[in-house]
Amino acid sequence: MQFDFNQTYFSLFGIEPRFALNTPELDRRYRELQAQWHPDRYASEDDSARRLSLQASTFVNEGWQTLKSPLARGRYLLRLNGVDTQEDTNTAMPMDFLMQQMEWREAIASARASRHLDQLERLNSELREEIAALEGLLGGQLDAAQWDAASTSVRKLRFLEKLDQEIGDAIEAVMF
Amino acid sequence: MAYSEQVLDHYENPRNVGAFDKGDDTVGTGMVGAPACGDVMKLQIKVGEDGVIQDAKFKTYGCGSAIASSSLVTEWVKGKTLDEALAIKNTAIAEELALPPVKIHCSILAEDAIKAAVEDYKKKHG
Repeated sequence: MQFDFNQTYFSLFGIEPRFALNTPELDRRYRELQAQWHPDRYASEDDSARRLSLQASTFVNEGWQTLKSPLARGRYLLRLNGVDTQEDTNTAMPMDFLMQQMEWREAIASARASRHLDQLERLNSELREEIAALEGLLGGQLDAAQWDAASTSVRKLRFLEKLDQEIGDAIEAVMF
Repeated sequence: MAYSEQVLDHYENPRNVGAFDKGDDTVGTGMVGAPACGDVMKLQIKVGEDGVIQDAKFKTYGCGSAIASSSLVTEWVKGKTLDEALAIKNTAIAEELALPPVKIHCSILAEDAIKAAVEDYKKKHG
């Protein structure tokens, strides 16, 4: 019984290391690997086998979580290529992007204050489009090995994720 | 997490909220953002002919610590030269506001915002 903890998540799931993802294939491989390494199957084995199955199934879970999220997948691909996305340290986003973030936050705050659910839902669908467009861009940048640009896109996605949260909170606050 | 009294004071009574016309030659605008928490900060300085910062305004979307950090620095930069403003360190901001370690990045954001505002002003006067 062996498990290679040094392999990448892509090789674990037997998929090509790129941003474009065949989600049903990932999910299918995930179920197979989970069934294979699930700790319940090793309950009557010795300590080392039980420990290995626990570590392997944790690795499989982490891999699945990482690959199925576009943001985490992008960050992971960059890491595999030796690029740090600097999400904790790099505050110098493009000016127009930050202006746009301000406008979004203002629009959310004002729709929330005036309890306009329809406006919040419109913002929400605009944000979906924005996120989809940025993920498309990120995929192209990663395919073209444009690491700096891809790194910026990952940081931008973090802001959009935050907007998503803010809109969700505002919708909840208006509805309940 | 409990905020310090200093943070609450700036959060509840933020100083210098607002905006200057960013096309104005005497105005420097700095915009920065923290990807990890999604905070966005705009800080503007208005500089006199003597090179001294006369006024400052900010607008911040973020947590209480980010708002307090930007409010505090708008107070601090007034009356300072550009070089003095550049010398403001995030550690001083964090100390003044008694920020806990997990909120240090808010003070870094404020320091970066001043630097960006001064840089924008200098670029205009290249």
